[in-house]
Amino acid sequence: MRKYYIKAVQEALFEEMARDERVFLMGEDVKIGCFAATRGLAAKFGEERVIDTPISELGVAGAGVGAAATGMRPIVDLMFGQFLMLAYDQVSNQANAMRYMFGGQTTVPVTYLVQNGTGSCLGPHHSNSVHPLFMNIPLVKVIMPSCPKDAKGLLKSAIRDDNPVVFFNHTSLGSMKGEVPEEGEFLIPLGKGEIKKEGDHITLCAVGLMVNTCLKAAKDLEKEGIHAEVVDLRTLKPWDKELVLTSVKKTGRFLAVDESYHTCGAGAEWVATVAEESFADLKCPPSRLSGAEIPVPFSPALQKYAVPGKEEIIKKVKEMVQ
Amino acid sequence: MDKSTLTDIYNRMVTIRKFEEKAQTLFSQGQLAGFLHLYIGEEAVAAGVCAALNDDDYIVSTHRGHGHLIAKGGDVNRIMAELYGKTTGYCKGKGGSMHVADFSKGMLGACGIVGGGIPIAVGAALSSKLRGTGQVAVSFFGDGASNEGSFHESVNFAAVQKLPVIFLVENNRYGEFTPQHRAMRVEDISSRATGYGIPGVIVDGMDAVEVYKVTREWVEKLRNGGGPVIIEAKTHRKSGHSEGETVFLDGQKYRLAEEEKIAMETDPIESLRNYILEQGMAAGQELDELEKAAQQKIEDAVTFAQNSPFPEKEELYTDTWV
Repeated sequence: MRKYYIKAVQEALFEEMARDERVFLMGEDVKIGCFAATRGLAAKFGEERVIDTPISELGVAGAGVGAAATGMRPIVDLMFGQFLMLAYDQVSNQANAMRYMFGGQTTVPVTYLVQNGTGSCLGPHHSNSVHPLFMNIPLVKVIMPSCPKDAKGLLKSAIRDDNPVVFFNHTSLGSMKGEVPEEGEFLIPLGKGEIKKEGDHITLCAVGLMVNTCLKAAKDLEKEGIHAEVVDLRTLKPWDKELVLTSVKKTGRFLAVDESYHTCGAGAEWVATVAEESFADLKCPPSRLSGAEIPVPFSPALQKYAVPGKEEIIKKVKEMVQ
Repeated sequence: MDKSTLTDIYNRMVTIRKFEEKAQTLFSQGQLAGFLHLYIGEEAVAAGVCAALNDDDYIVSTHRGHGHLIAKGGDVNRIMAELYGKTTGYCKGKGGSMHVADFSKGMLGACGIVGGGIPIAVGAALSSKLRGTGQVAVSFFGDGASNEGSFHESVNFAAVQKLPVIFLVENNRYGEFTPQHRAMRVEDISSRATGYGIPGVIVDGMDAVEVYKVTREWVEKLRNGGGPVIIEAKTHRKSGHSEGETVFLDGQKYRLAEEEKIAMETDPIESLRNYILEQGMAAGQELDELEKAAQQKIEDAVTFAQNSPFPEKEELYTDTWV
């Protein structure tokens, strides 16, 4: 059945809270549900398990760590990726480190739920792509789905995962519609990507909104006889290297397309890995399109240039293929 | 107070003192690597508080954490081995002095980030409330940490949620090398409780009996549904912020003369010993024997640690992903 992305997220939350009473949700205005995903949960599960918190990202993120380390499975909704930066200590020094630095005495099954990315003209404090900052810390899983089906299957797996997970929903995808399987136990394993479109001339690698932008570019390129393969990593860490390298073996060309910055962005990691491990398969240098290295500007006229667009992808692919 | 409680508290304090003095010596001999923050002088706080807790109650500690773990029933062999970085240490050598933990005793870890443990204690209290277990959480932290955002966010959140957590400020008058009056305008950190609508009380942190009695009183209230409290223990550290500091401070002094005099002239262990003798609760000989046994336990711990193996290279990647 076709569903909105945000509805798929909501279903995952309902199903996992119903399935496991250790799962609870907390964050600012989760009862009202600013983005609708958490709406209705308090009515069904009670305010004890759906906790409206003060605007205290660091404190609430840390409470998630403490609850997770003592037998609960918290979902901490901090709204935006850039708000999660206020809680960075708890994610990058505590949640991720506790199991290791205490010699395996505990697990920290906490899920941080935020939005990330451009498209809704939310300006410099609500549009930046911070996912590489979480890829750059050890022992945290980082997820960013591109469609309703993946959002549901991945979020259910994230909540069940015993590692800390940072789950980015792309800000622009909430109203996207797509097929979502009906069965209750629909899970997508973390760490596994998916080929969203097959092709043999070039591999386009992306997550979130950029997967959709790549698919649009690939569709136009088909008309010109260029068959691009679109790899949706879905999980940014640990990422599905095998899927990418297998694709590159077939296509011989690799283009990373990501909204994060060029310097140490997600694309930098993918391109470096392809260069290191698939050099002999490459027909041209691997390349990347990234977000402009500026705070994402508000104006609709400017925002669209801050991240890779369809035309830019098409132009780059043609350069690489010809 | 009965005899067994008093001698139990005394035993915890003496064990901490003997452990710390031994660690001090080992550090000065170059046997221990890294930073070493000792609890000498503050023993009445950890011992008084932990004697008022159950085994399954939680505590979260600081960078000055050996005393907290010993007071909560930790095994000195495993703490000493952790200081040596050995496999038999609490964290298999991965944490070291600043990260000792024993989850089986409800000790959720010492913490190298000032204020980093406070939200985690709140999470443990939230978890206890959700699971309905009646467990209480104690967050130990210093005067310095009470200037961190994590403190304010945590106290406020716990207050709103009426969580069973004691915010236990060990006010030793210095945040690292900065005296309290240069870091805040208030003299009593407990007065900050007013800003969050919760009670704040002061105890003499050099008086184990008072610490125990006040903690016990609040633990009872919290078990019966009472909300959080700030307990400020006014204490003094006899040791420095960090061992070896006289060398790297290159002769610079930071302690206030008057405070230092009190710190050196007051001894919480001596005070408790005198109290026990005055009350006729135990004979001097009995306490001497207890001290001797504690000293032997520490000597054995050093032997245990020294005879334990260092971790092999393969241990680098254990206790990572679950």
